[in-house]
Amino acid sequence: MHTKSVANLIQGLQQKEFSSEELTRCYLERIAAHNGLLNAYITVDEDGALAVARAADDVLAKGNAGPLTGIPIAHKDIFCTAGLRTSCGSRMLDNFVPPYDATMIKRFNSAGTVTLGKTNMDEFAMGSSNENSYYGPALNPWDTSLVPGGSSGGSAAAVAAGLAPAATGTDTGGSIRQPAAFCGLTGLKPTYGRVSRLGMVAFASSLDQAGPMAHSAEDCALLLNIMAGHDPLDSTSSEHATEDYCVQLGTSLQGLRIGLPREYFKDGLDAQTGTLIKAALAELEKLGATLVDISLPHSSLTIPAYYVIAPAEASTNLSRFDGVRYGHRCENPTDLHDLYTRTREEGFGDEVKRRILVGTYALSAGYYDAYYKKAQQVRRLIKQDFMDAFEQVDVIAGPTTPGPAFPLGSKSDDPIAMYLEDVYTLAVNLAGLPGMSVPAGFVDNKPIGLQLIGKHFDESRLLNVAHQYQQQTPWHQQYPGIMTGGPA
Amino acid sequence: MTINQDEIEKIAELARIRIDKDQIGELTQRITEILGMVDQLQAVDTSAVTPMANPLDATARLRADVITETNQRDAFQAIAPAVENGLYLVPKVID
Repeated sequence: MHTKSVANLIQGLQQKEFSSEELTRCYLERIAAHNGLLNAYITVDEDGALAVARAADDVLAKGNAGPLTGIPIAHKDIFCTAGLRTSCGSRMLDNFVPPYDATMIKRFNSAGTVTLGKTNMDEFAMGSSNENSYYGPALNPWDTSLVPGGSSGGSAAAVAAGLAPAATGTDTGGSIRQPAAFCGLTGLKPTYGRVSRLGMVAFASSLDQAGPMAHSAEDCALLLNIMAGHDPLDSTSSEHATEDYCVQLGTSLQGLRIGLPREYFKDGLDAQTGTLIKAALAELEKLGATLVDISLPHSSLTIPAYYVIAPAEASTNLSRFDGVRYGHRCENPTDLHDLYTRTREEGFGDEVKRRILVGTYALSAGYYDAYYKKAQQVRRLIKQDFMDAFEQVDVIAGPTTPGPAFPLGSKSDDPIAMYLEDVYTLAVNLAGLPGMSVPAGFVDNKPIGLQLIGKHFDESRLLNVAHQYQQQTPWHQQYPGIMTGGPA
Repeated sequence: MTINQDEIEKIAELARIRIDKDQIGELTQRITEILGMVDQLQAVDTSAVTPMANPLDATARLRADVITETNQRDAFQAIAPAVENGLYLVPKVID
């Protein structure tokens, strides 16, 4: 059961091949068997999952189920779940049981999906390896000496290992796409504002966006159908109309123009990864697409612009954690100042502290213009590069990451080396565009991802390109040993 | 741009984060490296560029000024570290 796609599981449930309870038990058993090693979940909600699964079975029996009724999924531990601990990978929220559901969680619950649990992540979504989690890193199911990527590393590890058929993630600078690439999954970061941010613990509010992670593009489309839509309670939620993201999956790629940014195929790209990306592009050409050389001239500025804007926004967002209303509080504070400073010293990990301090500096009197305003101006130039490119092409393609997953510990002492991991993904967030990672082969048994970037609100087109590619290639259906060898 | 330990201590105070004395040296070095990387921005002429705060250049929507929320004080205070008589407790602020 656990190797089936979400699309196949829907069929199985509707044709009564198995019940949602049987399916949910299958995943809970796999979690019990493998999560000790992989650390993909921070919290597993066995009782809650089985109760929802039984209720879903009643709905299925009555014949009035929605498309995802009874489908188990995992949620990144950044989404508030009423009554279920939401840690955000931080000691600060280790004891936080939200009194409400995130809008996205409400949408999944109304659709009848079964929440298996909450997945591991870099603390407050800051990281590219999952090593910044207070709960220890999730491991890569393809090779447990490797990182699964981050920050949505637990979601990626859970799906890749068959501990959930699909999961949600969030992507502020690559946090869906990079772990999807490292774990051999398909992951989509939608257009900024497409999925509600209400109840999603805020990191950088002008960049944060939630999206689906699964094996196939079709499964991502099924999840996005639930997730996408306007939320009046999120002031930056888009009112742009949604659509059925499955409808365009079968469209031919004949005549599609795909732009290849020359800046994404330069020195920093691992040679074997580059060869695989070129093979994937040749496959898209066979499907009728035309490859067009393009330039994104401000690409070299995406890391510096991002590492001003994201920390600046983080420093303001994370100022709410003060030990007064919820979350961690230090023992025996001597005065209010001691309460704040010691609570935050104890509650935050090193990377979170660094980013808060960099952001505080960039926003402080005398430095605001030189850093924050400057980064926002460069951000516009970066977005304009994409707008110019999309005059000539329909979709942009390149590598998701400079190379495959790296060993645990190999970059964790060097923040800048870690930041370079996101060199190809950050610009998409700065420009607010939708971006995907699609499995495109293996370097020494380590998966790598093809990145597809679309125009604003062109998620259907990205999913269409990925789906057509997946009809011709086997990469998204390759599974690690832990998936195929574990208990069925 | 270099930053010294005194400045790091000042920023940490602004951010209300206590930093252990024996960690401040390494932290200063890390943040100096990050700011050094970020300094590449200064080479770009942006004199004619409007800063972009929202990737879709959207402005925050306003809603009608009507009450839509119900009182959930008990639920919210149930997860607070210290409350009494419906109030959040903090150390004494005024003598």
